Amino acid sequence: MRTAPLFALVLLLLEGCGMSPWVKPYERAHLADPIMRFERNPVSSSYRHHVFQAREGARGAESSQGGGGCGCN
Amino acid sequence: MAVTDHILRWVVIAAAGLCAAEVSAGVLPEDRADALYHSYDGGGVEVNGPSLLVRKSLGQNVSVSARHYVDAISSASIDVVTTASPYEEERTENGLGVDYLAGDSTMSLNLTTSSENDYEAKTFAFSIGMDMFGDLTTVSLGYSVGQDKVGKTGQPEFSKDVDRQSYRLGLSQILTKDWQAELGLETITDEGFLNNPYRSVRYLDPASPKGYSYEPEVYPHTHTSNAVSIRTGYYLPWHASLKGEYRYFTDTWGIRAHNAEIGYTHPLGNHWTLDLSYRYYTQTAADFYADIFPRQQAQNYLARDKELSTFHSHTFGAAVSYLFEPAGWRFIDHGSLTASYDHMLFRYEDFRDLSAAGPAGEEPLYDFTASVMQLYLSIWY
Amino acid sequence: MRTKRHTFLRVIAVLLAAVSFSTWASTGSVAPDFTLKGRDGRNIKLSELRGEVVMINFWASWCAPCRQEMPLLNDLYQRYRKLGFTLLGVNVEQNPRAAKRLLKDIPVDFPVLFDDRNEVSKAYDISAMPSTVLVDRDGHIRFVHRGYKPGLEERYQQQIRTLIRE
Repeated sequence: MRTAPLFALVLLLLEGCGMSPWVKPYERAHLADPIMRFERNPVSSSYRHHVFQAREGARGAESSQGGGGCGCN
Repeated sequence: MAVTDHILRWVVIAAAGLCAAEVSAGVLPEDRADALYHSYDGGGVEVNGPSLLVRKSLGQNVSVSARHYVDAISSASIDVVTTASPYEEERTENGLGVDYLAGDSTMSLNLTTSSENDYEAKTFAFSIGMDMFGDLTTVSLGYSVGQDKVGKTGQPEFSKDVDRQSYRLGLSQILTKDWQAELGLETITDEGFLNNPYRSVRYLDPASPKGYSYEPEVYPHTHTSNAVSIRTGYYLPWHASLKGEYRYFTDTWGIRAHNAEIGYTHPLGNHWTLDLSYRYYTQTAADFYADIFPRQQAQNYLARDKELSTFHSHTFGAAVSYLFEPAGWRFIDHGSLTASYDHMLFRYEDFRDLSAAGPAGEEPLYDFTASVMQLYLSIWY
Repeated sequence: MRTKRHTFLRVIAVLLAAVSFSTWASTGSVAPDFTLKGRDGRNIKLSELRGEVVMINFWASWCAPCRQEMPLLNDLYQRYRKLGFTLLGVNVEQNPRAAKRLLKDIPVDFPVLFDDRNEVSKAYDISAMPSTVLVDRDGHIRFVHRGYKPGLEERYQQQIRTLIRE
């Protein structure tokens, strides 16, 4: 049934535009608060990641890529 | 069956088109400037210096940024003390970035150069982020490529290359009006001269007075690593936030690492914010790592870098920030002054402290603590 | 095989129909009536403003483009109020405290209403912050703007002029 996964994808896309998001734009007060940001101060966060990376064997996937927030515009 | 597939294909395209029509635009990163002073002191190493960032939007769609960072290093670390002499060095890093907002996507380009007297690095990074599904989901993709030139002090003809590439995928999802989560994946590959030209490994040598002798380290020419992380943030009803993060790392050198971090942010009144954090890190050693090898040239690849050993660390952090909103200043909207302190404890399980006494290969295991301080001023305009 | 395909296509058709209904509901229809409390404690009812051109702006203190837009909306209000135009600033926050603080920093003359239970936001199917709805003298929704980018106030002005002249 090759059509099944494609069908699921269609539903997902339609959900994106047709069905309303479950958190409305006017309910984003908490998510828009700076204290919810993973990297509130990028200069400080990147320094901290550098301190760890210089002394550890692990690297990668340590910084936030963005998202959340007020969702304005 | 074929007709259904054909129709389905058009439905998918149409649905995507419908979504595009309904889609909303995003916002550029905020205009700000930061001046930070950083200081690291631990294990005989002192590193401090400035870190500056200036970001400004030009028009409605473009934001540019410039970065300057310096590490002034004074090193008498355990590796240095036992195999070389204390040294002082400076590493400078400069970067330029452009962010472009187009509809619901943001594209970023970043160029970074780093230089010290025996190491040069250039990195070019590109990433794109897209908001979807009512701005509840953000998908981001990133690619970066870099080239390093490794030199050796005292040997001007010594010049080796390292080529680096990294691929990143991020998925950020708003779960409830108080809760968001993020998934990150990153694969990094390096190729070239990956070891340190000054560092050595040791092997059992009954002929030597100490019981061991040194030979240069030998690393593989390639290194590929994979990391997956989950990050989550929850808004607490008394106006505070709780954040958690977990990352799992593996690579082709045999290292397996986990780290987990929790953070708590609590604003006090209108001006003060307090941040507390705890991070735990643990890793297993690389396949070709040993504190002491049984004999000279015991294997093809040899490493005694404590960064590749089996160890764990704890980091306790606290930060205090004061927000000010000067009413009369025309160019500044608001600003903040932040001081942070991190206390790090490193405990090695198969790296020994050669500055302490003991029979070869049975010296006490190494451990150290480090103090990391940051003081920075941020302004928004 | 044929019945499976038929059902499948029917499901798709229903889904598409559902999508079209929700996406294009607003423009042209009658503006949903509401009664909200203003800053001075008095109620304002939308249907009582019939005969005037009404611009309803949905905003929140945590929304940066909303804050950017406010002084420009105030200019429009001051310029056109004598010509039968009024502007209602509907704050969508569940707790009006932050909004009242912002209004001290960015004072505006137009009425500010508090939709703290978000009933009006739901009735207008608000899908972006900020959102601006222009209602004509007969109470019909004529223009809807989702989001704010600098320069949009020019369009607002053109549309207000069009509606005032009717």
